[in-house]
Amino acid sequence: MSLKALDYESLNENVKNCQYAVRGELYLRASELQKEGKKIIFTNVGNPHALGQKPLTFPRQVVALCQAPFLLDNPNVGMIFPADAISRAKHYLFLTSGGLGAYSDSRGLPGVRKEVAEFIQRRDGYPSDPELIFLTDGASKGVMQILNCIIRNQKDGILVPVPQYPLYSATISLLGGTLVPYYLEETDNWGLDVNNLRQSVAQARSQGITVRAMVIINPGNPTGQCLSEANLREILKFCCDERLVLLGDEVYQQNIYQDERPFISSKKVLMDMGAPLSKEVQLISFHTVSKGYWGECGQRGGYFEMTNIPPRTVEEIYKVASIALSPNVSAQIFMGLMVSPPKPGDISYDQFVRESKGILESLRRRARIMTDGFNSCKNVVCNFTEGAMYSFPQIKLPTKAIQAAKQAGKVPDVFYCLKLLEATGISTVPGSGFGQKEGVFHLRTTILPAEEEMPEIMESFKKFNDEFMSQYGDNFGYSRM
Amino acid sequence: MRRFVIGQAKNLIDQTRRPRPHHNNIRLLSPLASDPIPVSSSRFFSDMTGSDSSSSLPVTIDSINPNVLKCEYAVRGEIVNIAQKLQDDLKINKDAYPFDEIIYCNIGNPQSLSQQPITFFREVLALCSHTALLDRDETHALFSADSIARAWKILDQIPGKATGAYSHSQGIKGLRDAIAAGIEARDGFPADPNDIFMTDGASPGVHMMMQLLISSEKDGILCPIPQYPLYSASIALHGGSLVPYYLDEASGWGLEISELKKQLEDAKSKGITVRALAVINPGNPTGQVLSEENQRDIVDFCKKEGLVLLADEVYQENVYVPDKKFHSFKKVARSMGYGEKDISLVSFQSISKGYYGECGKRGGYMEVTGFTSDVREQIYKVASVNLCSNISGQILASLVMSPPKPGDESYESYIAEKEGILSSMARRAKTLEEALNKLEGITCNRAEGAMYLFPCINLPQKAIAAAEAAKTAPDTFYCKRLLNATGIVLVPGSGFRQVPGTWHFRCTILPQEDKIPAIVNRLTEFHKSFMDEFRD
Repeated sequence: MSLKALDYESLNENVKNCQYAVRGELYLRASELQKEGKKIIFTNVGNPHALGQKPLTFPRQVVALCQAPFLLDNPNVGMIFPADAISRAKHYLFLTSGGLGAYSDSRGLPGVRKEVAEFIQRRDGYPSDPELIFLTDGASKGVMQILNCIIRNQKDGILVPVPQYPLYSATISLLGGTLVPYYLEETDNWGLDVNNLRQSVAQARSQGITVRAMVIINPGNPTGQCLSEANLREILKFCCDERLVLLGDEVYQQNIYQDERPFISSKKVLMDMGAPLSKEVQLISFHTVSKGYWGECGQRGGYFEMTNIPPRTVEEIYKVASIALSPNVSAQIFMGLMVSPPKPGDISYDQFVRESKGILESLRRRARIMTDGFNSCKNVVCNFTEGAMYSFPQIKLPTKAIQAAKQAGKVPDVFYCLKLLEATGISTVPGSGFGQKEGVFHLRTTILPAEEEMPEIMESFKKFNDEFMSQYGDNFGYSRM
Repeated sequence: MRRFVIGQAKNLIDQTRRPRPHHNNIRLLSPLASDPIPVSSSRFFSDMTGSDSSSSLPVTIDSINPNVLKCEYAVRGEIVNIAQKLQDDLKINKDAYPFDEIIYCNIGNPQSLSQQPITFFREVLALCSHTALLDRDETHALFSADSIARAWKILDQIPGKATGAYSHSQGIKGLRDAIAAGIEARDGFPADPNDIFMTDGASPGVHMMMQLLISSEKDGILCPIPQYPLYSASIALHGGSLVPYYLDEASGWGLEISELKKQLEDAKSKGITVRALAVINPGNPTGQVLSEENQRDIVDFCKKEGLVLLADEVYQENVYVPDKKFHSFKKVARSMGYGEKDISLVSFQSISKGYYGECGKRGGYMEVTGFTSDVREQIYKVASVNLCSNISGQILASLVMSPPKPGDESYESYIAEKEGILSSMARRAKTLEEALNKLEGITCNRAEGAMYLFPCINLPQKAIAAAEAAKTAPDTFYCKRLLNATGIVLVPGSGFRQVPGTWHFRCTILPQEDKIPAIVNRLTEFHKSFMDEFRD
């Protein structure tokens, strides 16, 4: 019989070509080892609650009431839910057209989108239109929807930072487009040099690629750097000059661990720059409930805001969204709560602030502990995690190690990370999963393990690294950048 | 590989560059190549002045992915947009209309029409949403004991009891175990939790399979006509070809193997490689429940032709007639002695339908059987890019597949709620079917299952001419008139495709029972006056 439709050979090539290392080889090996009884510390994905971070109380109270509205009819409900959670639940239920179980508008509940617009306005100081805000099942879905609109064929290129979060490379691959890399400068704190951008675009064009869009991840993933206002201005001007739509992945905007460069949204900078740029540059900004100090990854809640996108294009994007009927309503409520949290004077305010601050301050401390821990190893150089949730140390691997990796049929950083996993149970993602310069190796870990476990984890890493280096090192020949 | 079919895309865009009245939103049925209706209907765009003048911008209507332009989804199309505007206007101009509310009969969204969720399910979900509740004594007074027990059981299956964490990309293992057990209890044949991929509703699962199967427009997917437009839209988005097979209205929307064979050969002769056969059972919009014999023939057909069988079974709990019963394709295949090596089968289930109607939660799964591990790895990989489906939906899916059992504290109330909803649906299906059949020129097959009626309307020539003059498809013309006269929102048959020259509309059976008489009256009155106006 001839090839069956779902035989490997007849699968869509784009599917076969796409890679997503965050849940790739290392993760699968870690899961195997876990099944065999080994204690694994999963630092492969930004998944705070999986590492013990507690959900914020107030939103969980509100959503629980929305899940079971019959509770609101019970006279005793006030005994276990604070009054503001009760009134907020009623508020959101009123915004729905039948509670959590009914499809909402395909763009998300109008009432929640209005709250998102108000949040953006407060944050940036410029008006935001709810009609241009679409809620999605996680920011990833939004990214996929937008790239699906942009990419027509393999001649369409998308500028993506290297290192990058592999959602971008995987999606571009699935959609049959071309990834056009622009390299971030590790020695300059993962800075973005516009000259690098120009070079990348010129090279792509010389190969017949039409560069359509540019992705920035701010704060960066895996690199953590926070873009300066000047940098953002340069980028926006560049996008204007080159006629690129800017895709601003800003999902980590709450995760800032230094004070020199607070988060500033691409939209604000664009508006600050005034006409003509503010009316011309096409921008799509993404946000989520999965990161920040909320960490509600499992809810799958996100949104994107469109700026200067023509109405007919917006309609097409709406059309595609409508095929999926609607984003899940519980997550929409989480999003509403995130953008309009308890205010001073609310019953739950103090607890909310205490919990939020606690998480953020701890993340800041852990960012420091991890960076310092890595830098205390001779062959490791680690830029400080300015934002986001990751540490991306450069591991200088000796030539013997690189050879051993080759013999084992593995990319050097994969080889290192597998050995690290087997020795310590620490499950990371090799730098090759994010892209890096030739001959330079990294790994990505998260700063999410519990603070009290951090010192032990860094000790464990150091011990492994020292042993690895004495096994493979020769003290002189390791890779230098 | 995607192909940029320049000519086709330009055509589509050119057709639509006509001045239109101001409309914020659009969408309608795309004039499909095989339909003989005049290419007139269609796309209403917002005010054209100045909107797309900056053609040097990277993302304009001229430069977006043409597959996006090609795809259509009428369930939330033009008529719905008009309805929403009417609804807004009703709030301020009550007296301007011959009706005082809009009734949405366009979409299978039960809870938006006052259907209540199953109490036990929501109790468990609330407890899992806010696990601190489980530590409080007062909780026992507010929640049933078995919902508390089930919440504990589920939380124990989630690492760290963290319902806010990304799960395994196929879904939480313990929940998949419960689903597999539920499938086995339903079918009498084992199910492997590793074959289950949990998704945000069944729709993303369909998209995933289309992505895997379609590499170019040379890849075809056999789809029933009429069909739920997720399939046509998804195929268009992925750049493939829809190969239609017509259901036979005269025989209760029967599926003939001879028709399948004919369409398959036709496609082959056009150079299309047909990769899969999509079957919706119970049918949407048509509502028929396949007989077991029919299902066996379909299984054999797929096996013989090397096609993947995509079994959309989201309405498996919605069967209203005593002479039909739902049988899963998995059960049918296994009972024929066909195993993993014999047939590739993907079965879709959702929490949106049935008696639970949890559309807004976005939960579902696909059970993928009969393919090699390297293909499974690819499916896993694609699933992993989105990390996982929402946890709340996953929990609900496991509850749907393993609900309260006799002896459980909540069993009585659960069964009462379930049977209340299903029997009401059966009554509403019957009432509406009878009412529609009484109308002049309308014949309506019974709704054996699902949530819809899909009557055939024999439109008089005068009406068809009036529709043409209004540059609208005839069934859309009828539905618009109906909306403006009665406030009832339907979906024109063209949104689902139909035998060329026939007209239908889809109406859900979901408005609450006490509203049905009023709906019937309004429909009847409207239809009479429409026929008075247009009768030949």
